[in-house]
Amino acid sequence: MQIELSHYLVVAGLLMVIGVFGIFMNRKNIIIIMMSIELILLAANLDFVAFSGALHDMVGQVFTMFVLTVAAAEAAIGLAIVVIYSRNRGSIEVEDVTLMKG
Amino acid sequence: MIVNFAFYVFAAILLASAVMVVSSRNPVHSVLFLILAFINAAALFLLAGAEFLAMVLVIVYVGAVAVLFLFVVMMLDVDFTALREGVQRYAPIGSAVGIILFVELAFVVGSWTIAPGAGLLRLSPTPDDVTNTVALGSLLYTKYIFLFQMAGAILLVSMIGAIVLTLRDRNRGKRQDTAMQHARMPADTMAMVRAKLGEGASVPKLPEDVA
Repeated sequence: MQIELSHYLVVAGLLMVIGVFGIFMNRKNIIIIMMSIELILLAANLDFVAFSGALHDMVGQVFTMFVLTVAAAEAAIGLAIVVIYSRNRGSIEVEDVTLMKG
Repeated sequence: MIVNFAFYVFAAILLASAVMVVSSRNPVHSVLFLILAFINAAALFLLAGAEFLAMVLVIVYVGAVAVLFLFVVMMLDVDFTALREGVQRYAPIGSAVGIILFVELAFVVGSWTIAPGAGLLRLSPTPDDVTNTVALGSLLYTKYIFLFQMAGAILLVSMIGAIVLTLRDRNRGKRQDTAMQHARMPADTMAMVRAKLGEGASVPKLPEDVA
């Protein structure tokens, strides 16, 4: 292990902060919000892999695979919802999604 | 030395493209920068010693998820400039939350060490004599086989869910309608005709909905 663990942690932390910032900044565009969520999940994966390498434990990489699975499923379902929503309403503004007044 | 340099280069490109993902005006550019971010993250995975996951990241994320995003962005006929409204209004709040979050994370990372006995608590130490793919596979197919099957089930459910959500039923197929079949009477479709000897019978007209 040539690269220190803390370097990975700083990069992953910055990536997560950028993702959170993206969610706040693009409040109306659901697609950019979903991309920000992907960035946050990528930061989590980076942490898992970095700890797995630093501690010489394979479980971190196994868990990363499951996180990848759930992220792919989430992207597929979310984009399907965006597609039917834009088909029904002609817009994907997040603030318009008040049909159910939840 | 060269490894450290490569790490800094890949990390810098990763963070810069992540910034471009959230701040780009055109969503198509956002998706392309997302692809760049994933590729650089895969390089970081490689440097951390997870070769198989790096390749999975390139294949699954760049090859499937990012292209799915690209398809959806290009397929939707939405005015994306209207969605950019309010960015100036939300940027200060977003920056404040981001800075607070990063400072908190920095506190955690700064005052944190691995416990001396952590090596004994490892669930499955990385074997030294096999490649990363072999080690991952021998763990995934034995110890975590049920979780692996569960992941497959999640993917199946999400696939069916996406198909069900986006399927548009245009009544094209010839389907069986049992209620209509049960309600059908002989008089609707059949007429008794007594034909005379040596003459043909003209077929009476059937009702509209049957013909």
